[in-house]
Amino acid sequence: MTEPALAVDGVTKSFGGLIASKDISLDLRPGEIHALIGPNGAGKSTLIAQIAGGLRPDTGRIWLEGRDVTGLPTAERARLGMGRTFQISSLAMEFTVLQNAVLGALGQRGRVFRFWRPVMRESDLLSRAEAALEQVGLAEFRAVRTGDLSHGQRRQLEVAVALTLEPHVFLMDEPMAGLGAEASRQLMGFLDRLRDRAPILLVEHDMDAVFALADRISVLVYGEIIATGTADEIRADPRVRSVYLGAESTP
Amino acid sequence: MSLILLAEQTLNGLQFGMMLFLMAAGLTLIFGVMGLINLAHGSLYMVGAFIAAATAAFTGSFLLALIASLAAAALAGVLIEMTIIRRLYERDHLDQVLATFALILIFSEGTRWVFGSFPLYLDIPDALSGTVTLPFGVEYSLYRLVLIGVGLVIALGLFLLIGKTRLGIRIRAGENDREMIGALGVDISRLYTLVFALGAALAGLAGALIGAIQSVQVGMGEPVLILAFVVIVIGGIGSIKGALVGALLVGLTDTLGRFLLPKAFALVLDPSQATAIGSALASMAIYILMAGVLILRPRGLFGGAAS
Amino acid sequence: MTRETALNIVLMAVLLAVPLAAWSLDEPFVITLATRAAILAIAGVGLNVALGLGGLVSFGHAVFFGLGGYAMGILAHHAQTYTPLMTAPFTIDGTTSMPVIWLVAIGVSVLAALAIGALSLRTTGVYFIMITLAFAQMVYYFAISWPAYGGEDGLSVYVRNGFPGLNTMDPIQYFSLCYGVLALVLLGVSRLARSPFGLMLQAARQDPERVEAIGQTPYRLYLTAFVISGAITGLSGALFADLNRFVSPTMLSWHMSGEIMIFVILGGVGRVFGPVAGAALFILLEHLLGGLSAYWHVYLGAMLLGVVLFARGGLYGLLAGREVAHD
Repeated sequence: MTEPALAVDGVTKSFGGLIASKDISLDLRPGEIHALIGPNGAGKSTLIAQIAGGLRPDTGRIWLEGRDVTGLPTAERARLGMGRTFQISSLAMEFTVLQNAVLGALGQRGRVFRFWRPVMRESDLLSRAEAALEQVGLAEFRAVRTGDLSHGQRRQLEVAVALTLEPHVFLMDEPMAGLGAEASRQLMGFLDRLRDRAPILLVEHDMDAVFALADRISVLVYGEIIATGTADEIRADPRVRSVYLGAESTP
Repeated sequence: MSLILLAEQTLNGLQFGMMLFLMAAGLTLIFGVMGLINLAHGSLYMVGAFIAAATAAFTGSFLLALIASLAAAALAGVLIEMTIIRRLYERDHLDQVLATFALILIFSEGTRWVFGSFPLYLDIPDALSGTVTLPFGVEYSLYRLVLIGVGLVIALGLFLLIGKTRLGIRIRAGENDREMIGALGVDISRLYTLVFALGAALAGLAGALIGAIQSVQVGMGEPVLILAFVVIVIGGIGSIKGALVGALLVGLTDTLGRFLLPKAFALVLDPSQATAIGSALASMAIYILMAGVLILRPRGLFGGAAS
Repeated sequence: MTRETALNIVLMAVLLAVPLAAWSLDEPFVITLATRAAILAIAGVGLNVALGLGGLVSFGHAVFFGLGGYAMGILAHHAQTYTPLMTAPFTIDGTTSMPVIWLVAIGVSVLAALAIGALSLRTTGVYFIMITLAFAQMVYYFAISWPAYGGEDGLSVYVRNGFPGLNTMDPIQYFSLCYGVLALVLLGVSRLARSPFGLMLQAARQDPERVEAIGQTPYRLYLTAFVISGAITGLSGALFADLNRFVSPTMLSWHMSGEIMIFVILGGVGRVFGPVAGAALFILLEHLLGGLSAYWHVYLGAMLLGVVLFARGGLYGLLAGREVAHD
């Protein structure tokens, strides 16, 4: 078996008396989409924060391409190839769409402490930014102020910025949230192809999307992973059915 | 001999700390509940002092002067809260700093316009003047001792108010979750006005009490305001307990620093140099204290949630 | 050309034309007012790097302004009294050369900004505002209680320092020098705003989490911005002290910090040329209202309140409309 691109190994995190992550282990293999689902309050955001670097687990390790990144800050993990999209759009709202994409390319390239030459004239950054916008279908909105974008367009821009990082692993926190049916279908098609470039750990509420896209699915309930498997295995799992069919109306 | 001086300076430090607490308690409450930085808090202190001095000059009664200062500062507080301050709760800190800085300019020049540029004086009432002899033969000003007592009583009162009363429960709810108290059916804007008026009254009272041992003049509130900010930053913004501990720390550090540092340097340097270096360092001591606290605890000694 | 660019050009042209006209009419006082405006504008442009681009609400920028002023005062004082600044372990003499004084002012400000910034940037929000204020107060009280350079009374120098090829005592020549420095600083800051660093810094202001997610550390960006900001404000302090041939702790006071902030706000936060408009307006008001009434701060306060409550973009917001993202 090939080495996983990303591995979470026995991660536990508690806040006071509340256990938010309980001995969680999961991995992300090259070329796959691994979906993480679970009812609200199951601890998905806490887990994502520990993988991305905002929170430090109490015990357990995070491995990125065979390297222990548990003690590294968020920025360092990003430079090592972790490309993240946020649940609530985290973009520079006063910038144009293109500036946000250039920002991502600049962050990935480094050499940030340059004070004289205009950044928007740097052709290597511009071409990467424009290519990323093209891929998510935002090319024609390049000059629009990000704050003026629709909710769905911001989600697309989130993905585009992640693309400019040329990551080895994608960490996507509900990229479809709030998208219309058409936009959702487009993004699904895009993610479907994206997995060949880098595997995706996908936190998503849209169950149709999850079951259509994911190679494997992990179900998180009360901070614990109760099942991991293919879409069919998860559908058939009695524990998932009891937890999930009770909690959500449309599996 | 020197020990008696030291005891006297320690009491001075406590007295100074207690007056800082009156200022800091209001600031920290207003920040904790409404999320507002109020630079104009020092102006309310000044208003209290001026009204007290004017009332005492007019009626000859210190007690009336204190009541008038409390009422005037609370009224000024309610007035600016309802006209200006409440527009700032949802704004960022920069807007709050600038708008309340503007209020300082208006208050200071307004006071100068009404009372003139010359300082006013407020006399210590006869019943509280003179000194008392404490244990170990320490002679100490009765009035300053009373100030320490007043500070303690108000601190106790505030802890009871916050801990035991309905208003206190609402204030604590407001600190934790602003939407929550709306959901509880509390009239938020009245609560905010009330908290602001309470803070203003405390500042006005501090101004009046201090007015009897300092000259009453325009600009008197600003050094105190900045010290009160140092206090709440050290104590942790939003915490009354932090304000009390911070105020006493700052009061003692400042007073004892000015007393002890020149003496300490005199042991190794010649007297004129020792005085120069000692007093220069002493004037910086509380800021060094604050920097030290923030290096160890960026949110202050008792700070937690608020940012 | 955007309206903002047009406004920039008009503003700089007026700031040049007024003292030139005053010169031809032999009104040196007006030239001095314009020189004040130009110098205070530099201080504001400096603060704007931290405040406007980086979102760092520094309430203690007077510390750099004052340090720049004291760099001038101390060096010139030693040079004019023919006493060395220090003798051990090696001798340093004072100087009356402006370029050297400027370098020292910038150097001292950079060191101070590194120290203050490194500590203050561990905190955010109100704590940051208050700790920058407190550091400035610390230096202010030190200047007051340290007797060697005049303490509370400040320090006068007899003659304005020299600049090669200029007679700096001639008002119009000193104005031209300050105007030139302002123009260079504006050029530098507008390049900085569009540079890779500027883009990343402005992103860190809007969303530090985003900056981390693309592999950069906000703290380093903020600290660099704070240091650049302090250096520019320090330079303006040296120019200001030379204009008055006097430096005192007032330059370090928190009122000064507030005033520098007012220049930025009146002009429009984050607009590179905003502080020029703000400082010019401030000087104009001070002159006009100060002549009408001794209590002009009431009007200044009311106006500041009006801008904060109702016209948040400042002059640039009113005249040039919403900020246009520059490609």
